[in-house]
Amino acid sequence: MSATVDTRQETAGKPPRISSRRLTERVFRIRESGIIVVLIVFVAITVSIQPRFASQQEVQFVLANTTIFALLALGETMVIVSRNVDLSIGSVVGLSAYVSASLFGKVHGIPIVVVFLVGLGIGLAVGVANGLMVAIGRVPSLVVTLATLYIVRGLDILIVGGNEVVAQTLPNAFIQIPRAGVYGVPYLAIVIAAVIGVGAYYLRSYRSGRELYAIGSNPEAARLAGIRVGRRVFTAFAVSGAIAGVAGVLWAAQYQTVDSNAGTGYELTVIASVVVGGVAIFGGSGSAVGAAIGALLLQTINSALYVLGISPFWDQAIAGALLLAAITLDRIISLRLTAALRRRSAGVGT
Amino acid sequence: MGADGHAAGAGQPDPAGSAPGQPGAGPSVSEQSAPSPPGSGPSAPGSGPAATSGAGTPDPPVPPDPAHVPAEPARPASAVPRLSLVHAAKSFGAVRAVVDGSIDLYGGEAHALVGENGAGKSTVVKMLAGVHQPDAGQLLIEGQPVVLSGPAAAQAAGIAVIYQEPTLFPDLTVAENIFMGQQPLLAARRIDRRLMRTQSAALFDRLGVQLDPGRISRGLSIADQQIVEIAKALTRETQVIVMDEPTAALSAAEVARLFDVVRALRADGAAVLFISHRLEEVFEICQRVTVMRDGSTVLASELAGLTADDLVRAMVGRDMPQRTAGERGQPGDEVLRVERLTREGVFTDISLHVRAGEIVALAGLVGSGRSEVARAIFGIDRYDAGKVIVRGKELRKASPTAAMAAGIGYVPEDRRQQGLVMDMSVQQNVALASLARLRRGGLVRSAAERAFATDWAQRLRLKYGRLTDPVSMLSGGNQQKVVLAKWLGRGPALLIVDEPTRGIDIATKADVHDLLVRLAGEGVAIFMISSELPEVLSVGDRILVMREGRLTAEYSHADASEEKIISAATGQLERAR
Amino acid sequence: MSEPNLITRPPEPEYRAGRRLRTAMQSAVRWETGLALVVVAIFVFGLAVSPDFLTASNLFNLGVTSGEVAIMALPMTLIIISGEIDLSVASILGMSSALLGFLWARHWPMLLIFVVVALLGVAAGLFNGLMVTRVGLPSLAVTIGTLALYRGVALIILGSSTISNFPAPYATIGVLGVAGTNLPWNVTIFAVLAVIFGVVLHFTATGRSIYAMGASPEAALYAGIRVKRIKLLLFVTSGVVCALAGVLWTFRLSTAVQNNGIGMELTVVAIVLLAGVSIFGGKGSIIGVVLAVLAFAGLQDALLLTNFNQEATGIVTGALLLISVFVPTAGSVVTRSREWLRARAHRAPSAIGAGHE
Repeated sequence: MSATVDTRQETAGKPPRISSRRLTERVFRIRESGIIVVLIVFVAITVSIQPRFASQQEVQFVLANTTIFALLALGETMVIVSRNVDLSIGSVVGLSAYVSASLFGKVHGIPIVVVFLVGLGIGLAVGVANGLMVAIGRVPSLVVTLATLYIVRGLDILIVGGNEVVAQTLPNAFIQIPRAGVYGVPYLAIVIAAVIGVGAYYLRSYRSGRELYAIGSNPEAARLAGIRVGRRVFTAFAVSGAIAGVAGVLWAAQYQTVDSNAGTGYELTVIASVVVGGVAIFGGSGSAVGAAIGALLLQTINSALYVLGISPFWDQAIAGALLLAAITLDRIISLRLTAALRRRSAGVGT
Repeated sequence: MGADGHAAGAGQPDPAGSAPGQPGAGPSVSEQSAPSPPGSGPSAPGSGPAATSGAGTPDPPVPPDPAHVPAEPARPASAVPRLSLVHAAKSFGAVRAVVDGSIDLYGGEAHALVGENGAGKSTVVKMLAGVHQPDAGQLLIEGQPVVLSGPAAAQAAGIAVIYQEPTLFPDLTVAENIFMGQQPLLAARRIDRRLMRTQSAALFDRLGVQLDPGRISRGLSIADQQIVEIAKALTRETQVIVMDEPTAALSAAEVARLFDVVRALRADGAAVLFISHRLEEVFEICQRVTVMRDGSTVLASELAGLTADDLVRAMVGRDMPQRTAGERGQPGDEVLRVERLTREGVFTDISLHVRAGEIVALAGLVGSGRSEVARAIFGIDRYDAGKVIVRGKELRKASPTAAMAAGIGYVPEDRRQQGLVMDMSVQQNVALASLARLRRGGLVRSAAERAFATDWAQRLRLKYGRLTDPVSMLSGGNQQKVVLAKWLGRGPALLIVDEPTRGIDIATKADVHDLLVRLAGEGVAIFMISSELPEVLSVGDRILVMREGRLTAEYSHADASEEKIISAATGQLERAR
Repeated sequence: MSEPNLITRPPEPEYRAGRRLRTAMQSAVRWETGLALVVVAIFVFGLAVSPDFLTASNLFNLGVTSGEVAIMALPMTLIIISGEIDLSVASILGMSSALLGFLWARHWPMLLIFVVVALLGVAAGLFNGLMVTRVGLPSLAVTIGTLALYRGVALIILGSSTISNFPAPYATIGVLGVAGTNLPWNVTIFAVLAVIFGVVLHFTATGRSIYAMGASPEAALYAGIRVKRIKLLLFVTSGVVCALAGVLWTFRLSTAVQNNGIGMELTVVAIVLLAGVSIFGGKGSIIGVVLAVLAFAGLQDALLLTNFNQEATGIVTGALLLISVFVPTAGSVVTRSREWLRARAHRAPSAIGAGHE
């Protein structure tokens, strides 16, 4: 009798045309550079229609805005990458903006550094609260940060009362922070870009950063691998909160008039920026740099629309449409990519 | 491709046996120092080139004739077993999974753990992995009694388990998966990615495989994922590697590659525990074997001198089970006909039929594709070719609704995830598939629901507190009865049952068997998938056997025997005759 | 492999002999009892704050101001029980309000406007539902996107205009009750819808299926439940109901303006969670929603009477939300801490071979 014959065919006789690694890398690079291409094309078109867009004033405006959102995107990226979400950042920005800016009026001659520290402290406190509840209480972050969004905004309204901070109370040095620059490029933007670079580097090259990705990629496996999930997630929320606190102070410096509406709705804009920038909504992949570019894209579009005379009412719709397009595209890509990678693997897998 | 080498060379000393570096230090990768340069170590264990994923088409392996293979003499690296289980026992509620289990794992050896489903193998593995603690007996590491409080403790103790379902991080690269948590570092605690890559490549070299450490692990085949898991185990100081049915989902070339890896691991001094049903593989790669049956170790010996028949006899070793009493009338009309059903990569050319009043049992090993066939018939999964015909009418594919309308009921394999809604009550679960019938004016009448559930609970002799108790409170056996009641309440013409008595105590098992026979007596056609041979033999009127996605044998109840079925399931068919 | 939830579900409890577990229904009853007590407490508090609390006119106002949120909470409840979420509800409200104003300003007949607005709701819900069931995207991500998209459409439709000259029978919705009685229109509509949704959820096969698919998506599939079809239906229903809420809101405030209802989606989710509906799906009841609405409305109103800053009531909503999620998990936090301490007591044994920590 013949020997048992293996019934499965070997299809991997010829080496694949393009290695799996290169295929994945190529796809990701297309995805990330795609945003940059869209950005460049968009800017080019806008400038050709309305040269004013390239003026120093416009550039400063866009970059200053972007700075704030890109900074927020850094913190949100850390949280989202671990398969969580932080909805409280908008409220934190608002509270921090008001409290820190009003300090100038209340405490004469207060050093600007102290004001920043106060803002950071406020954000850190909220972040720590979020982190504790998510990590220890094991309550889903959507619910926790939804609640803190409310509570912090409510506190902000109470504290603000009917007042607002006006530009005159703010020292000139403070107001210059987002404005001082060269050729319209604020020094602040460069500094924040460096900060984001550092943040992205941390996420890419440090164990605890990689563990955040692991937690988002497969939470069960992360636990089995001995990763201290609670600690990492806590840190991510604490950092996100602290960053939002600092962003609030910058907000005050940029807009100067702060009432109880500051920062409303920012969390959704940031999430949209992050997702457009290539961070998976479920975590596990994406970079802070991509998120920052996403923020740049969204802010540029906003300003461009304004400059082009298109009603600003299109902002929201475009942000929403971009988000939907990004996640749909990512889904299609991931389905195709997984299928392609499976076909390239050795033999015929299941 | 080395098939001859492996078969005949089983008696010769491994060329890889020569100094693989530091003997006795165990397989480990130091973090800081330079990695062992690839190529100096046992980079090509066994004869011939390392089996690369995607190398040329190999010849089909010639399985060794067990009567003549001088099984490689066991040369344990140490006299004391690295890991031992001594007279362990473990029960889950009323179910005694392990009664008297013992196993001794020596370094430098591959040890096979063999036995039917329900023999207690997986519970033994879980005890070795620290997932469960034995109720009685001991776990010994290097002769010292030890308590493993959890999987992390087992890992810290140097025990690594490669499960059938690997758990990797799909979004991270292979190298990152291997080193997560212990990545090599540069100054300022930055991850040294280059070193991580080269060390991964060195590991793969050592194992004799080719995988790109820089690629994302999403989309890796199961075979490749297993290799990554093994590499992961090697980065810790792993002395014992347990492989649970590793070859179930692999092709022949991948199996050959895995075996090269096992030889490399042995050469490093590790103890490898190899759980498998495939006897030809056991003889090819292992030196020692432990056979379990009904929760106890019945045979523990070196493989030299044993034959496949010896093993089968030890696995089965009981009298022919009594036929479950009950009227078996003449089978009626054909209820189910499956014609050349195919799903690429999963099952091929499946043709079978089940008549009214008949119980057709489908036997086979884990991974042979049986549940997939059942799911395709019921419409949960798609299929690529072939037809399903129920009572003469072709059934629309991929539509459970159509299947149910045609009179099919499906009791799935995974009771907790697929068979029941654990949060709901007994009553609600029983009624879940019959809600349309219990309606009046569009509203479900809870009185009708209660009466329905009570009726079926009585018919099936269900033991419960109150009908409104959550179904999670019932024992496994009674939970299964709830699932059965759910489908029987619809009066199906065809009942597909996947592992009807898995994890159920003996008394309820008998109940369920009686029920199935009674149903057949009333004209229901039953298609039963089971890995428990006594069940297959006592309940089935006809027995089909699947292996690697194809039907390989069919026996009537009169012709069948456990040996024949196991042989057909593992491919020993020719020898059995 | 199905898409993971953004909210990772905690592992199922192992079968532990003798330990009394509860069905979803039984936990719900417990929750509702507690919630009912809370409602009573709030009303007592309201009385303490102001003797006017229980007067007809105050109760009327109470009902009127919370009507739309309450109405939107009903389909949201079913969606969350089924395992999804819809964050675009307030944007659909805003969109329908804007369309209403836009068409009215162009002198379309009101009845025709109603039809068009309803269709808009259907379209919005259909889009959400198709993205979730056909494209397979997570509802959280999709509805964050449509939240922005629909709000944007509202802005585009209405721009910065404000439409306010609505005709008599409609414009008095916020002031006159139904047919001369003291029942506000909002409350009546809410009551009717609550009964309908309650009956569907608790007494029909579809309702039972919704619970099943939220609790055990696989088991529901294996029981032949048409999960995708039901979810699509739920999203469409949500769209229509929110469009209705938009119309009511517009008439009540007699204003259609582009920022109608911004932020309300979070209030709706908070109410639903307060009602004892689990964010993971599979648990909850309409009675709980009704009680939660009462609690929320009562609290808002009582705070209004104390001259508490209206806009800051968010603090209370947020705190209530936190309490409502922590109470059920408090027990498990304690258990888990105890287990953690016990695990530390059993130290790992020394490793095989080289002792390596």
